[in-house]
Amino acid sequence: MKRGSQGDLGFRLGTGAFAVLVVAIVAGIGAVLISESWLSIQKFGLGFWQTTIWDPVAGDFGALPFIWGTLYSSILALLIATPVALGIAIFIAELCPAPLRMPLVFLTELLAAIPSIVYGLWGIFVLVPAVRQLEIATPQFLKAVPLFSGPPLGVGMLSAGLILAIMITPFTSSVAREVLKSVPIEQREGAYALGATRFEAIKAALFYARTGIVGAVMLGFGRALGETMAVTMVIGNAPQVSASLFAPQYSMAAVIANEFTEADTELYLDALVEIGLVLFAITLLVNVLSRALIWSMTRSFKKASTPALMPAGPEAAA
Amino acid sequence: MKRPSTLAAIACTLALGVGVAAQSIQINGAGATFPNPIYSKWFDEYGKKNPNVRINYQPIGSGGGIRQVTAQTVFFGATDGPMTEEQILAAPGKILHLPTVLGADVPVYNLPGVSGEIKFTGAVLADIYLGKITKWNDPALVKLNPTAKLPATDVTVVHRSDGSGTTYIFVDFLAKASPEWKKRVGVATSVMWPTGVGGKGNEGVAGLVQQVPGSIGYVELIYALQNKIAYGSVQNLAGEFVRATVQSVTAAAAGAAAKMPADFRVSITNAEGKGVYPISSFTWLLLYENPKDKAQSKAMVEFVKWALSDGQKFAAELGYAPLPAEVVKMELAALAKVRVS
Repeated sequence: MKRGSQGDLGFRLGTGAFAVLVVAIVAGIGAVLISESWLSIQKFGLGFWQTTIWDPVAGDFGALPFIWGTLYSSILALLIATPVALGIAIFIAELCPAPLRMPLVFLTELLAAIPSIVYGLWGIFVLVPAVRQLEIATPQFLKAVPLFSGPPLGVGMLSAGLILAIMITPFTSSVAREVLKSVPIEQREGAYALGATRFEAIKAALFYARTGIVGAVMLGFGRALGETMAVTMVIGNAPQVSASLFAPQYSMAAVIANEFTEADTELYLDALVEIGLVLFAITLLVNVLSRALIWSMTRSFKKASTPALMPAGPEAAA
Repeated sequence: MKRPSTLAAIACTLALGVGVAAQSIQINGAGATFPNPIYSKWFDEYGKKNPNVRINYQPIGSGGGIRQVTAQTVFFGATDGPMTEEQILAAPGKILHLPTVLGADVPVYNLPGVSGEIKFTGAVLADIYLGKITKWNDPALVKLNPTAKLPATDVTVVHRSDGSGTTYIFVDFLAKASPEWKKRVGVATSVMWPTGVGGKGNEGVAGLVQQVPGSIGYVELIYALQNKIAYGSVQNLAGEFVRATVQSVTAAAAGAAAKMPADFRVSITNAEGKGVYPISSFTWLLLYENPKDKAQSKAMVEFVKWALSDGQKFAAELGYAPLPAEVVKMELAALAKVRVS
């Protein structure tokens, strides 16, 4: 008995140490980013987040175009990828004929295994020309709308959003699929017992799994925020804040990858590291917000639906 | 605070290295990506002849090369743009710039239906990259190319998105040709572009230019040749329109040799002389004049001597221009100053 509890204690301390290690690593990354970008933080202060000038020659740096580009492309990717990924997940988990299931799972997961440089090359040679044709075909009256303004270059926000959407789809869909699979069979049986159609039963399962699905979507968003190589190859790399889908823009990860090797002054280097710090902070913020969202959903779920669920328990279904 | 322990670690590593391989010498270097193909070739060829000398080169970019050689984490650096006064002062010892080969940037374009090469001047290229010339049938371009039937299409400007020696050479030329460029944009490995889209690497720029009709970009000569992209001729100081070739690039260096400063930190864009291609540049090795490790120093000096003589014959096939004989002579004299014992 005593030996056992000692073992428990060791186990608890050991696993606890690993958990602390994760926290320490995150804190360490933050601390290093801050200390390595100190010159830039001191010189530009909060202005770094708000100004649009990025001039390595004059030593004047502002991150707004990159923040804008990262958020714009990631949100665009999220809007395109989420319905597709959830559609794939629902089909595979709920509707797919059994012999098709494994090949489909394999193929969607294969998408996740393709290196991002390959996506980038495919983007340059296939996606960008296709987007350019689309831009040329855009009718004139639409081009007056800021969302579609600008010359038809092919490279730009739309290409970046599309390529990111393709890249994050497998992540979102495979997590969403697992979440749907873990919905207890009683949920569906209950729904059918109440006379629900297949669509309504799936809706009930989706509702049950909604915190997990939000988690799956946020995982995709996190991937999109940090994606570098494929984005820089198709986004056009022009630091500007533009609402247009057709305009070439830039992202935080891309500017770091592009300019780090040739950054020749301390301030320039520190400004690039501070971009990394901003990206780190935004990623952290997105994660915290998604946690908060999931937490508030679980809470309201417990509050609102626990009494409602009680009668729909096993007895009611039976 | 951190320094002593880092130094101790390096010292231990070095001591170990010497202990394990008493005979063979390993030299580490880092820097510019632009000369990486010929440097790899050189280190490989030289290694075959001298199996006891191993030279490792990391193509991490000119800026990175300057940083690492300054921090003495590598024995030698390499750069496409000479070190600034500020950077030289920051180094712990005197650093020697040694030109190894020459390279050139060419203006590439995509103009369907236009045959024959387009002629550019530095001022016109600067105005295009400043966003002041926006149509291919702009009077300034038509005046240079009266027979070319230039279309009324928009000019799409393509530049490098990554910091690069290729960019440094190009904007250095633009700054000499256009006072406005010098004032508004300046010269560096990456600049604040007034207009255009950025492609990553030479291949990114070449890819964009090939795809977008009406586009113009700049790439290293070898990329234009390999990808068979049309490139224009550029007017030199003597008023001639010259296409980039191995000869016209070497001529640029020969023209500059007479006025070569003792430290070799010279820009040869827009160089004087006949038959000179104006967007040419040296690329440099960075060596300490009095390095700590004399055995490495001795081996490195031997290698550089070989590269400046026998090594030069590999240049042309890889798209670089060999150094003119006068420059090699001056370098050998400078190399004698490097302490090897």
